Amino acid sequence: MLRRKFLKILTSGFAVFATGLLTPIKVLAEWNQAAFSAKDFDTAINAYFPNQQIHESDQINIEVYDEIENGAVVPVKVKTNLKNVKTITIFADKNPNPLIANFNLTPSCSGFISTRIKVSEPSNIIVIVNDNDKLHMTKKFIIVHENGCG
Amino acid sequence: MASTIRLKTKIRDDVTTVRAIIRHPMETGFRIDDETGERIPEHYIKKIIAKHNSNIIFSCDWSRAVSKNPYLSFMFSNSKIGDKIEIAWFDTKDDTDSLEATIE
Repeated sequence: MLRRKFLKILTSGFAVFATGLLTPIKVLAEWNQAAFSAKDFDTAINAYFPNQQIHESDQINIEVYDEIENGAVVPVKVKTNLKNVKTITIFADKNPNPLIANFNLTPSCSGFISTRIKVSEPSNIIVIVNDNDKLHMTKKFIIVHENGCG
Repeated sequence: MASTIRLKTKIRDDVTTVRAIIRHPMETGFRIDDETGERIPEHYIKKIIAKHNSNIIFSCDWSRAVSKNPYLSFMFSNSKIGDKIEIAWFDTKDDTDSLEATIE
């Protein structure tokens, strides 16, 4: 009995230790393989937001050039006035893997992200914002002359 | 070795803007090496974690379609001069790097 109790303490202690140690691995495990490997937009979106309704919104602003020479470097800035933003997710519907990037925000973050992405051909840049209530979507069509994914 | 991460912060009232550039090839796995004719293996950052005074405030899940030498900017409130900000990345080869800076 005593031995069992001791083992229990030992294993629970180890569990706490291991949790701290494994953080990066745990974090990487949360990366959504199915959604990131999806080869078309509908599959990607169903894998990332399963069984969830997506609503068109005018409350998301996508700053991106209408036309760009080199698809390897496409600056994208997303701003939203929506409150309690939990995630901002970027897709390019014609890319070999349409899901490009997801950003997880905490309550102290402003509704803003800026990055640079690769776009393979003229595509809709689609941004989905989860404000902890529902999914909001805005898209913007851009022309790309040189494939940025090749 | 020099860090792969360059980190800049700007604070206005209590809102900090973080801008980071990471030196990383972000290889898609689709490109062909012109000299050997072989496919260049994929090698890209999958995860970024940002901490404010040791608490995670922001994180990213990335695909191969984030540009080479990635640029990232985000903003957060409830910060002040002297606070710590840390950025860490994790890639497909289990490589990682991190950098801590002080908001000034």
